Amino acid sequence: MILLDRVTKTYNKNLGPALDRVSLHVEPNEFVIIVGQSGAGKSTLLKLLTREERPTSGKIIVGGIDYDKLRDRDIPLLRRKIGTVFQDFKLLPNRTVFENIAFALEIVGVSTKEINNTVPKVLDIVNLKGKEKRMPMELSGGERQRVAIARAIVRQPKVLIADEPTGNLDPKHAWDVIKVLEKVNKYGTTVLLTTHNQDIVNRLKRRVVTIEHGRIASDRARSNYTANITAASSSTITSTTTITK
Amino acid sequence: MKAKITTFSRIIRTGMVNFVRNLWLAIAAMAIMIITLTIILFSVIVNATFNNTVQQITSKIDVSVFLKDSVTPKQTQTFLQQLKQLPAVQSVQYLSKNAALQQYESQNAGNTQLLQAIDETNNPLPATVIIKPKDLNQIDQIRDFVDAPASAQLQSAPASDSGDLRTAITKITHATNILRRVGTGAVIVFAVISVLIIFNTIQMAIFNRRDELQIMRLLGASTGYIRGPFVVETIIYGVLSAIVSVLIINATFVTASSSLQATSFGLLDISYSQSFFESHYWALLTIQLALGIFIGAASSVIATRRYLKFKTPKR
Repeated sequence: MILLDRVTKTYNKNLGPALDRVSLHVEPNEFVIIVGQSGAGKSTLLKLLTREERPTSGKIIVGGIDYDKLRDRDIPLLRRKIGTVFQDFKLLPNRTVFENIAFALEIVGVSTKEINNTVPKVLDIVNLKGKEKRMPMELSGGERQRVAIARAIVRQPKVLIADEPTGNLDPKHAWDVIKVLEKVNKYGTTVLLTTHNQDIVNRLKRRVVTIEHGRIASDRARSNYTANITAASSSTITSTTTITK
Repeated sequence: MKAKITTFSRIIRTGMVNFVRNLWLAIAAMAIMIITLTIILFSVIVNATFNNTVQQITSKIDVSVFLKDSVTPKQTQTFLQQLKQLPAVQSVQYLSKNAALQQYESQNAGNTQLLQAIDETNNPLPATVIIKPKDLNQIDQIRDFVDAPASAQLQSAPASDSGDLRTAITKITHATNILRRVGTGAVIVFAVISVLIIFNTIQMAIFNRRDELQIMRLLGASTGYIRGPFVVETIIYGVLSAIVSVLIINATFVTASSSLQATSFGLLDISYSQSFFESHYWALLTIQLALGIFIGAASSVIATRRYLKFKTPKR
């Protein structure tokens, strides 16, 4: 589902690479946790996946889309296929919870009827039923993050990228958010989660990729996940397709 | 297709909502736009009025040639043909002796004494050729031809032209040209200022909402979907400003004709201006709308460009 092949990203030649020949393979429906200190290159990795940044060298393929063949005007189409959750939520402040989630569907031209049909279902998944008309300012951090997750999954992306979604939350709310991510993963979405939180990593018992100084320091499968990983790693993505409208 | 219509209507609706939400910003931008469009409209009308004035005076200019009674019809025909072939000549009118008499009689219909002195058997009036020049400044070429010996021998008296009027007209034309240039300059300056201010206004609006734009971008909104509402908003500015500018000019004419009781200020024939405005009302309104929409749309497209670039420079 996600394939990085010797990806290097250098922002400033004098400072050395932020990512140094990182290769990573994530299978469909996997739940991968990326850990590492601030500045290790976690955010750079995710920004490369959402095409906020271009790699200096190396190959990236997500969901069959070869980023080398991606034109600028296709970037919106790529981002519609990837759900993204940010540490600072990035909700539209002047819109209600419902409108925030609906916006993700509006920009792809979904009919109003379908929006009214879909959004409540997603709100149900993230346990926010009854708060449709609240403004983001009126919600707690955990609730806001769940709105952001709802917005990210409402288009049913194959990949969900969550960049420190619990970074601004207290432990209880953080765990609520993680539980939603697990639920989303259970429904068939590949989840890529970065976190600082050791407790979450230990409780989740999922594959953990550690990044240090722009390199992958370790890539361990936790718990019963080991068997799946070794089986999956033997297959590689061979065909690439360009995205169509 | 259906999705496109849905998207299009959403862009329009968002633009309208944003217009209402940013009303004060909108008023500021529109004020400048209204001034610009009003000046443009005003100068168009003034220009048309000056042209009309010059044209009216020019039409009174002609050269009259008086033919000897002895000139044969064949000679007359040749002379008229030669005149018509001159590049400077607009039209040639031939008045026979009888026609000249009739014209004289109708011009002096009240004066019985004068009329008694003249009758058809005793007609002192020569056959006359009235030549109108295409352009005021070409009158000399006509005179040259008329005064040449070949032409002069046919004439009973030296040809006459409206020479005094000519100097007056030259002055008027000169003044009009200067005014026109000043007007064009003012229009250009105001148009540029207007575009800059509208541009700035929209940049401010975008700057206030740059986070929102960034979020839209991250969620995969297309450039058109983000830019569309801004363009719609500024098109509304343009349409409203165009209508207001036409209304301002309209109100000016109503005041000018009713309270000033004047039909002209020197060269500026207000009654003509008003009739020009009224007869070209829809054309002028259309031009204003087109200009307003163009200025608005162009400035918003340019202003949003910077914020919509993908920050993905080539490796």
